[in-house]
Amino acid sequence: MAQENKLITLEHITKKYDGHVVLDDLNLYIRENEFLTLLGPSGCGKTTTLRIIGGFETPDTGRVIFDGQDITNLPPNKRQLNTVFQKYALFTHMTIAENIAFGLKIKKKSKQYIQDKIEYALKLVNLDGYGKRMPDSLSGGQQQRIAIARAIVNEPKVLLLDEPLGALDLKLRQDMQYELIRLKNELGITFVYVTHDQEEALTMSDTIMVMNQGYIQQIGSPEKIYNEPENAFVADFIGESNIIGATMIEDRLVEILGAKFACVDEGFGRNRPVDVVIRPEDVDLVEPEEGTIRGVVTSLIFKGVHYEMEVEANGFTWLVHSTDLSPVGKQVGIKVDPFDIQIMNKPESEDEEAVGINE
Amino acid sequence: MSKREGSLAKQNRVRQLLLSSPYVLWSIGFIILPLLMIVYYGLTSRDGGGFTMDNLKLIWEPTHRTTLFLSIKLSVISTIICLLIAYPLALALRALRLKSNGFVILLFMLPMWMNFLLRTIAWQNILEKNGVINMLLGAVGLPKLNIINTPTAIVLGMVYDFLPFMIIPIYNVLSKISDDVIQAASDLGANYFQILIRVILPLSKPGIVSGLTMVFVPSLTTFVISDILGGGNILLIGKVIEQKFKMANDWNAGCGLSLVLMVFIFICMAIVQKYDKDSEGTGVW
Repeated sequence: MAQENKLITLEHITKKYDGHVVLDDLNLYIRENEFLTLLGPSGCGKTTTLRIIGGFETPDTGRVIFDGQDITNLPPNKRQLNTVFQKYALFTHMTIAENIAFGLKIKKKSKQYIQDKIEYALKLVNLDGYGKRMPDSLSGGQQQRIAIARAIVNEPKVLLLDEPLGALDLKLRQDMQYELIRLKNELGITFVYVTHDQEEALTMSDTIMVMNQGYIQQIGSPEKIYNEPENAFVADFIGESNIIGATMIEDRLVEILGAKFACVDEGFGRNRPVDVVIRPEDVDLVEPEEGTIRGVVTSLIFKGVHYEMEVEANGFTWLVHSTDLSPVGKQVGIKVDPFDIQIMNKPESEDEEAVGINE
Repeated sequence: MSKREGSLAKQNRVRQLLLSSPYVLWSIGFIILPLLMIVYYGLTSRDGGGFTMDNLKLIWEPTHRTTLFLSIKLSVISTIICLLIAYPLALALRALRLKSNGFVILLFMLPMWMNFLLRTIAWQNILEKNGVINMLLGAVGLPKLNIINTPTAIVLGMVYDFLPFMIIPIYNVLSKISDDVIQAASDLGANYFQILIRVILPLSKPGIVSGLTMVFVPSLTTFVISDILGGGNILLIGKVIEQKFKMANDWNAGCGLSLVLMVFIFICMAIVQKYDKDSEGTGVW
């Protein structure tokens, strides 16, 4: 991994708005050909990070390196990257073809070249023959695909996408996710994608960077982020989870809510307070005498693929996903497989929760 | 069920009619009837009352024709000056991103709350032979300027009086252009000048069109400004029409000239609007 080409590097980026710190000493690199997703709740600094890469914001301190060159103070029109905006930002006074041609005409490409590019781009986004239409006559999903076409005809090295699917409805959003993955593979360029939707991030990304309050919480592959969250924030933000305060008794043994559970983690020391993450689908409901702890089912909701149950046990409400139904009021035992227990260091302060992490 | 819906729809229609009736009556009494009267007087002769085109043909009398051309010339100049002042100003205001739009509008509406006549008379005092400007020029030893009673004075008055009508529609349209669109253009490689020509200008065309209309029409028909700042020796078409009514007491001639002017303005607006529609979509390239 390390020998792969780092296309963009952000070094010690800090950004404040009216004294409010949005990004604090952010360090990040983006590899060539990578699908990187910046994921986090609103106000976490993900959009600001994207806008700094795009050139719409200048960082207060720090540098942006693109392909070995310092582009920190380069205006957007001089950068070899293109942006797809959340609200499409199409030029409503131009036809679709003119929208797509905009960047190429600025670059004074030949008529034939532009014509070929328009056709190619429209085919690529499955909107063949829409060239003469006006943007207003297209649906939201179609407009967003035109916005993507308009960006990629310029052959950018990096495509920046700022919550591009945010304004679309669920079904369309899912279709567009597959479309984006296909585009990424066909074009072979780097995607930097901003979203607050964890499912979107897990579906599309090679790498996810989880952010909160201007700090990077964790960088890693979708599997790693989901299965091995490094702190409670990541665990809570990515998917549903049971986050429980616990004590690490020794290597491979943790005490959760007064009961001892076997786990696979080592090196936390003896009798150390930790947080454990257990995904709801990893909680097994068994007969009371077979479980590590006993509880009672207090709520049951049918979710389609599975049932969602809440189990009151040892003073904690466990969230459980299972395809097997346990009715409300039933006495159950709770069992968790050792490798399904993820141990995390307890943050001692707000700042420690927000350490910059590099793989 | 459907019967009930039908009666409900009927009720609604009756209510709509009742609610709109004051406006309908107002339109008939104060817009349509006067207009019909102008058409009637304009197309009938003064003495006999029979149908005639003479009142309309009056416009081709050499004196009237020159007045009309001068009026058109001065109002076109004023309108262009207004546009040249208003557009950069509106752009600057947009760039300022003031949080309260209302304050900006107020700033430009404020002088309009002062009486129109008063404002024009104030300009008279400023421009007069012994007015404010010449006093200042004299104080620093410069020769006096002869501005009052010239076409320049009239244009100045028109620009001053009608500028807000140009600024407000343009500012309104500009402030509605989203930053995303401008950033998208920049992202696609356009510099500020290219963004202005290819994106901002075409998107603000509706504002420009309504600004042009709102300045050109009152400039063409005004007689107060030419009266006060032109000193009565520069005759504009508005003044001629006023004279027909007041001095010559010839309603028919006045209405005839008004009709011609109205049709002329109508044609101008139609041309501007047609151009606006045509260019939509095909772009500026």
